[in-house]
This record gives sequence, structure tokens and C-alpha cells, in this order.
Amino acid sequence: MTETQDLEQNPVVHKLREWDAQAVAEASVFRGELTVVVPRGRLRHAAEFLQGDPELQFTLLSDITAADRFPLEPRFELNYHMLSLGRRERLRVKVRVAGIDPVVESVTSVWPTANWHEREIFDLFGVRFEGHPDLRRIMMPEDWEGHPLRKDYPTEGFR
Amino acid sequence: MPTTVSTATGATETMVLNMGPQHPSTHGVLRVVLELDGETVVKAQPEIGYLHTGIEKSCEAKTYSQAITLTDRLDYLAPLSNNLCYCLAVEKLLGLEVPKRAQYIRVLLTELTRIGSHLVWLGTHAIDLGAMSVFLYCFREREEILKILEMVSGQRMMTSYFRIGGLALEPPAGWLEPVERFAAMFPGRIQEYEELLTRNRIWLARTVGVGTISAADAIAMGVTGPTLRATGVAYDVRKLFPYSSYDEFDFEVPTRTDSDCYARYLLRLEEMRQSLKIIRQAMAKIPPEGPIRTDAPGIVPPQREKMKTEMEALIYHFKIFTEGFSPPPGEVYQAIESPRGELGFYVVSDGSPKPARVKVRAPSFINLQALPKLVEGRLIADVVACIGTIDIVLGEVDR
Repeated sequence: MTETQDLEQNPVVHKLREWDAQAVAEASVFRGELTVVVPRGRLRHAAEFLQGDPELQFTLLSDITAADRFPLEPRFELNYHMLSLGRRERLRVKVRVAGIDPVVESVTSVWPTANWHEREIFDLFGVRFEGHPDLRRIMMPEDWEGHPLRKDYPTEGFR
Repeated sequence: MPTTVSTATGATETMVLNMGPQHPSTHGVLRVVLELDGETVVKAQPEIGYLHTGIEKSCEAKTYSQAITLTDRLDYLAPLSNNLCYCLAVEKLLGLEVPKRAQYIRVLLTELTRIGSHLVWLGTHAIDLGAMSVFLYCFREREEILKILEMVSGQRMMTSYFRIGGLALEPPAGWLEPVERFAAMFPGRIQEYEELLTRNRIWLARTVGVGTISAADAIAMGVTGPTLRATGVAYDVRKLFPYSSYDEFDFEVPTRTDSDCYARYLLRLEEMRQSLKIIRQAMAKIPPEGPIRTDAPGIVPPQREKMKTEMEALIYHFKIFTEGFSPPPGEVYQAIESPRGELGFYVVSDGSPKPARVKVRAPSFINLQALPKLVEGRLIADVVACIGTIDIVLGEVDR
């Protein structure tokens, strides 16, 4: 699924690697969209760098989503879609999380907009965010059992 | 929890007030928990989820083509924007190119939808603030738009007219005439709204200086659309990342710097004028004849004539409508400028005929999150003005 180009030449990948050699685990381009896989432990650090770097300026976090790859492991993929208005560029940062006790660092301190996105992922996928100021369900009722967007949750719900 | 507030006359307690979920001015079922000190809002906390229908989950149980009908129901005031964004995302996944004629028709209809959506916003926003007649005027014009949509797609609201690879069907002969009539009539109608509101003293008192947000705050909160542009940031997906041939159209992205409710009102009026400009250009551009669907056997349904006469076309038709088609494994994020801001679809394919994941980046959901920034420290009456002015659709917020 990768149309690997000369990704070392890509300024975003290059800058990230230059800043921290371990920050980029993988990089790929599919249909013209750049995806950078960041190790789970370095997510918030990388987010701070991408947001604050005067050249990159990924100041607008468009979206955070999760995808469940059940029964594959690592089960969850978190995708951070960010946008640099100055560079006219989008970037997808991907973090892979294991299925048992999934937990990631919160990026609410970097982009306040992440608050509701992370609550939604917590609610619908059951991924916890460390350091989130107000981590509770957002779509489902508070006493709901299970996480509806997981693949082992039936579309019609449990009956 | 109520907190103690000290004032000049001594210590008082704040009061917690539930606004909604049933409240006419919350445009759906939104609940805002307000902590009040007298009439002043100390803290506002939007609570959502009352309209959660699990559309993203349902998409995973449908084929790529079937899921289009679900996208109508997200932002029900601009169904064609949702159709367009979803179709563009799947087309990107497949690597499909849509014929120019279909692209221009898509542009024309989505711009009409934008006007229609802004009209509902203006009407309901005005009625929230006590101006009854504007509502009736706006819905009069919106009716004309809905008639055009019905004529083209057979549906007033849940159109599902854009399909993967093009359009559902050829628009009827002479369909541009009512569009032309609308384009000729509408500038005068915008003038009417302006006469009713722009210098109306009550309107000014309710909107000027109300609900301001700084550009830096708006970007940090992920706010897009008119609310962001009213802070002076000229971010419009149509300009920054053109799709569906928007780069061939000549239009401006209006911005303002006051970032209050009044600025957003003026901005949306200007956006309607710009949409009209695009519609006029599209009318001139659309060739009278030509394909409306791309030629991709096995993905795009064959023409009815062919399906009835050719064996191969019949087989493709049968396969598309029973099994569907399987895009290559991969993931795409496609954004468009909906009337409310950046609407995005993130679609993941695992190589099967059903999407593995469909995520909607709903602009209303994200813009609503910034509501506390607009209302905290202001009067309770301003909350109504602010909810109206960020223009949320709860169908999209809760999905």
C-alpha cells in the first residue's frame, strides 16, 4: 500500500529525523498523502515539535481518529491529521497501540482541540489518553458497556 | 459544583443552569451546562451525544456505494457537501478521475447547497434573536433551491445525487433555467436581508462585540469555516487544496477581523454572494452534453441502455449491486469546504467491498468545542447568539 518515493528528501520527514533519529519509525506516501509512523512513547514529544517548529508550523490539528485492526496486533491505529497553513501541507501521524490496555499520551496540551477527539476515541474504542484533563464518555451514555466502534462489537449492538 | 464568588456586597454562590437538551435555540438536541453568577456565564460545558446514531459504525456494514445514503444524514442542511466529500474520498482511494462535466455540475450544486444552508442559518439565527420576518424571507428563497435539487435528483433533502465516479443520473433537460432565474433574483434578496438587519439597532446590540475569539485561539481549538475566517485567517479548503476543479473558478475568500457575531453575519452574507459568482461561472462552463460518469467497469454502474443490451455490462451491473467493488488496501483523508468549515472523510480500505473504517471530521463537532471560549464571561442571552452564530448541525456533531 505504499508508493515509496524518495522520502528522505521529503522536508517533513527529513526535519523530524534530524530532530530525533528515533522519531520516525516508518514513512510512506499513498495517493499523495504523507504518513509518518511515530513510536508510541514519542508521540507527545513529536507533536510538540511539529506544532512549534517555525518552519513546519503544523498548528491546526484537523482530526484524530482511531481504527481497529482486530484480530491483528498491534490492534489500534491512531491517526493524527494535521495541517500547516503556512506550508499548505497536510500530514498524517500514525501511532500503533496494542489491544491489551491501550493507552497513549494525550496531546491536549499541544492542541486544545484534541480534547473532544480523544474523548470520542476513548468512548468508542476504549483507548485511554494519559494526561487528558477530562476523560469521560462523550457520545454514549455514561453507564454504557463496551466500545461500539471496536470490530468485535456487533453492528446491531449486544442483545 | 457551585463555587463561591465574592462580590462587593459579600460572598454569593453560583448557580448551575441546564440549557437544553430541549431548547428551541439550540438547533437540535444540545445541552449546555451553564454555571452562572447572576446573569453572567462563569463556565459553559456543552454536552452532546443525544443524537448519536452510529453512522460511522453503520458505514462499515455497507458497501462503498451504499454508504453514500448515510452521509446525507450527517449535515442534513447541506447533504450534497457530504455526498461530495465522501465520493471524493473513495474516488481518491480508487484513483478515479471524474469527467469535467460532472465536476462542474457538482460545483454548481454544492454552491447552491451552501447558499441554502446559509439561508437556514440566517433565518434561525435571526429568529433566535427575535427577528421573526427574516426567517420567512430566508425560507422563501431556500424553497427555490430545494425545488432545483428535487428537479435534478428527485429529492429535496436526502439527495444522494453524487455517486462514486460521477453523478447518479443525467440532469433533466432545461434544468439550468430555474438556476438562472434564481441567480438573477437572489442578489436583490440578499439586499432585503441587509435592509432588515445590517443597520437594525436591535440586531447590532445583540451581535456587535458578542462572542469574540482570537485567531490563535481559534486555530488551537481547530475551528474552521466562517468562524475562523471572521478572525482574519483566510483558510478555505477550496483555495488551499482545490478539489473538483475549484481552481478553475474565480472567487474570493471573504475575511473579517472583528471575530464577533456581527462579523460572522456579514461574512456569511458575502459568502453567499461569492457562491452566486461561482454558480454563474459554472452555468457557463457546463457543456450541454458529455459523460456524467467516468468509465470504470466494475466500479461505476454501466449505462442503462448498455446494461439491457450487452452481456458484459449486465454482469458488471449485477456484481456492483450485489457484491460491490473492492478498492486497493490503503487509507485516504479528503477534505472539502462545507458551509460550516473543513469537512473531512477518512476512509480505510482493507481490500474488501466494505470500508474498514469511515471517520467523519465534522466541522460542527469541532467548532462547538470552542463555544465556552465565546461565551464565558458574557451574559446568558449571548449564549443563544453564539450558538446560532457558529452554525452547528447536531446531526453532524453527534453522528
